[in-house]
Parts: sequence; structure tokens; C-alpha cells
Amino acid sequence: MTRRESLQTVALLASFIVAGYAAVRLLAGDPVGVGAWFVGSAIGHDLVLFPLYAGLDALLVLLLRRHPAWAAVGGVPWMNYLRVPVVVSGLLLLVWSPLILRLPTEFRAASGLPDQPFLPHWLAVTAALFVLSAAILLARITTKRR
Amino acid sequence: MLGRWVRWVAENPPPGPFRARFWRSPLRGPWLTSVLSVALLPGITLMFLTGLASYAAYDPNLARGNDTTPDKGLLGSWLPTWPAGPWWLYWVTQGVHVTLGLVLIPIVLAKLWSVLPKLFEWPPARSLTHLLDRASLLLLVGGAVFELVTGVMNIQYYYAWPVVFYQAHYYGAWVFIAAFVVHVAFRVGRLVTALRSRSLIRELRTPLSATRPEPPDPDHLVSPDPAPPTISRRGALGMVALSSLALLGLTVGQTIGGRARSTALLAPRGRELGMGPNDFQVNKTAAMAGIVPVDDSWRLQLRGAVSRSLSRAELLALPQHTARLPIACVEGWSTGIQTWTGVPLADLADLVGAARTDRLFVESLQRGGFSTATLSPGQVRTPDALLALQVNGADLSLDHGFPARIVVPALPGVHNIKWVTRLTFSVG
Repeated sequence: MTRRESLQTVALLASFIVAGYAAVRLLAGDPVGVGAWFVGSAIGHDLVLFPLYAGLDALLVLLLRRHPAWAAVGGVPWMNYLRVPVVVSGLLLLVWSPLILRLPTEFRAASGLPDQPFLPHWLAVTAALFVLSAAILLARITTKRR
Repeated sequence: MLGRWVRWVAENPPPGPFRARFWRSPLRGPWLTSVLSVALLPGITLMFLTGLASYAAYDPNLARGNDTTPDKGLLGSWLPTWPAGPWWLYWVTQGVHVTLGLVLIPIVLAKLWSVLPKLFEWPPARSLTHLLDRASLLLLVGGAVFELVTGVMNIQYYYAWPVVFYQAHYYGAWVFIAAFVVHVAFRVGRLVTALRSRSLIRELRTPLSATRPEPPDPDHLVSPDPAPPTISRRGALGMVALSSLALLGLTVGQTIGGRARSTALLAPRGRELGMGPNDFQVNKTAAMAGIVPVDDSWRLQLRGAVSRSLSRAELLALPQHTARLPIACVEGWSTGIQTWTGVPLADLADLVGAARTDRLFVESLQRGGFSTATLSPGQVRTPDALLALQVNGADLSLDHGFPARIVVPALPGVHNIKWVTRLTFSVG
């Protein structure tokens, strides 16, 4: 073991003591339930979210590689003008999905506010993102033609 | 014999993601990962500090009833008493905590994407240190996402996890930060080297047509068989930045309040309620708190060296003080600044002969939830700390705590107890 490795090993073990001290308290209420949430958090992106978005994206890339004629409109490749609004809108949905899908049962009673507007708001923001992206694409095509 | 077998396994990874050639993105590489890390390092540090502040703001060490995680032990028994000012303190720390947390989500996801091949590293462990390091990464990634998920769900009233939010979020933060400190300490060298390998300015000027993979790196982030790029590095970073900006722009209005509120299109508290004196955000409605309209028989019970019982008319006859204060919620939103009028808590303390060092135990008619709170002597004696009877020139509405509520500068929303029934001053 090099000096650096020894140091890192000691530091890691020390951090496990702190984490263990906290983990005992974290798991106290429901070890299996909280443990499952924690492990799910650790692999949720890599084993669930990533295969989903990377798979969809790979399909798009593959499709446009098979049909190069489809990949450009007015001489400008449009793939990223689709990707960007999809990603931004998708992240907004991911973060605000409980309210958008009206999953929380307590929100209306606690806040006294209606919970219907979140889906229309998300749709409106998504539409705005696509319109904006299309407008920029159109501007690119126009400048290219000149 | 065993040694040969181990070497054979190490040299022959299973097919699929365990083989380096499975990963073909031409953008993955130490520079890109480091740029994302440089954004996360101050962001996460600020998240931890504001989170700790949020916990300290409940004054858990003042009284057991204030403590949402009473078995914390060394993880907070040393926290100091929360000050009664400046008035914007909790508004800012908690607004930053919640809004910044949302802003960091796209960066965290991008970072996880950028290091994804490392999850499938082969062999799974090269040495004891490597094994411990990977175990630590489980705590780091699990902790980070666990904190984001519990936080994001809590601000949307989506209580689908198995334990109390405070317990999950506070102890989860400590599990995470332990791994985070070691992670940063032993990678900061690699971070600096990687950042120096390319110029950010030049990268921001590089279009897709000139985008090339980073040179092979010792950590094997760079693909040995990169596919042709379909987006530039600046495009990918821009997409992350735009996502963060969208989350910021569609949320921060609920913290700022006033005219900015209606820009928070997707945030829970992005709605204007009207122009009336009581038309501002309610954390918990009277109906939900089980409050029935209070009639003239209501009396405020005051206890100190002596006991008093005061009707609302008698409270209104005492010298009134007006304070302009926001109430900021742990969920990150605020009421914006409102004008509160009522009797200073210090006057009520004097009325029953309380000592200057006495704390105050507040009790509400509310059943369940935050129905009591203990305020420190400093909070009781601050001039703008009120038993408020009116807001913006009108009587409090039932939802805002009629007949009387607590309003104290820099105090977390739920400790500004509504529907107050009894105030007890004591040495504790």
C-alpha cells in the first residue's frame, strides 16, 4: 500500500464511522423501508433513468443515421433542437411530477390552494420551450439561406 | 492457482457495460466531469450549511419539544441557539436551501451520467482501498439522490417514504457529507489536473464540427471507441445550465413573493391569492388543523411569576406594536413581507413578572403537527417579536391564526404558532 492509499483507507474508515453513526439513526424508524429508498437512490439514475433516456436517444440517433436525408431541414441538423426542449421539459416533469400528477393527497387541504393548475402549467412551459427551439431553428435556416 | 484464477477474472469482464467498449459517448472524460464537479462543490457545501442552519433554526437544543430528531446525539447537540435576527435570516437561508437544491438536480444527474462507466468497473475491486472507496461512493451517490428525492417530495406534500421527513433528511445528510468530504479530499488533485487540460473559454467556442474526444485518461472515463459526436461539449453543458435556469426561474418567485410569485409556475406556492389583507400563503388551513371558529369566550392564558387571563379586547387595549416581517417556511416559500400588529412578547412577559432570562412555551388550539414551540429569551425580548392580532390593518383570518398568533423575526414558519391559547414563561 502506498502512503496515499494508507491515508485514503484511514480517511474512508473514519468517514464510515460518521456515516454509520448517522445511518443507525436514519434506519431506526424502518430499516428495510429506508434502506430500500437509499439503495434505490444510489442506483436509480444509473439503472433506471439512464437506460430510459439513453435508449430513447439512441433510437433517435440511429434513425437519423439510417436516413441522413431526414436529419437536416433547410441544411440545418435539427436533432438538438428536439433534444434540448425534451430534456428541459422532462427534468421539470421529473422534479414536479407529484404536483403535476396530483399524487399528494394533503396539498389542497394544507395550503387551501387548488392542485389542478400544475399539469396545464407544465404543458404550457413545454409548449413554450418547443416554440422557442423551433424559432431558433427557423432563424438558423433563414440566415443560412441568405 | 487462486492468484491465476483471480487474474483471469480480472482480465475477462462479463459482456455489456462491464467492457470499456460498451461506453461510446465522445463527450465523457475527466474535463467534462470536473467542470460539473466544480459547480457542485460550492453548491453542495452551501446546501449542507443552509440545511444545518434550517435544523438549528428550530432551536432543537433549547427544548426537547423543538427537536425534530431528538436522538441526534453528536450530530447537532453542539448547535448554538438561533438568533432573533436579522429578520431576513431564515427567509434567505431556507430560500437558498430549497431553490439551490432544485437548481443542482440537473448538474447532479449530468455528473452521474458523466461517471456512469465507473459503476461497471472491472474488476469490481482491485484492492482493499479501492473496495472501501467504492463502498463510499454508494453512500455518496445514494446520499445525494436520497437527499434530493426526500427534499423534492417534501416540498410537494408527497409523504410516500416510510419515516418522518426530518429524520430521513437530517440523518441522510450526515451519511452523505461523511462520504462527500473524503470524496473531495482525495479527488481534488485529479480535478485540478483535469480542469487545466482544456480551456473553458475555448471549449465554449468549439462547435460540434470541431468537437473531439478527450485524450485517454487513467480513470478510463474516455471511451476507447468513441462514436461520432452528435452534440458539442458547450451544447451539453448549455443544456444542463438551461435546465437549472428553468428550475430556478420557475421556482424562486415563491420565495421572493410579491409580484415575483406568479412566475413560479410549477412551484407549490406560485399563486397570488388576491388583494385583501389576509390574502397571502397559508401553511396549514384552520380546517386541516381542526380549528373551529373561536368566539368571545376565548381567553389567552398567560403564565409566569403570576398568571393572567386576557380576552382579545383586553389584548387590543394594550400598547400595540407593528412589525413588517415575512414568514418563511421550511419548504422554501415565504409569505413575502406582511405588516403585523399586536402585543410585543416582551410586554406580555413583563405583565406576568417573567425574568429576562425566561424562555417561552407557546401552545396552540391546533391538534397534531406543530402545535407547540419553545422560544428563547433572546427571541422573546426582541422588539419585533409579537403576539399578533392583526395583519395589514385587519383582524387575522382564521386560516392565519385568529384570534392571535406568534410572529418572530427569522423564526421558521411552523414555530410562528397560530391559534395561540397559552403562553408560559419559565426558566425551562
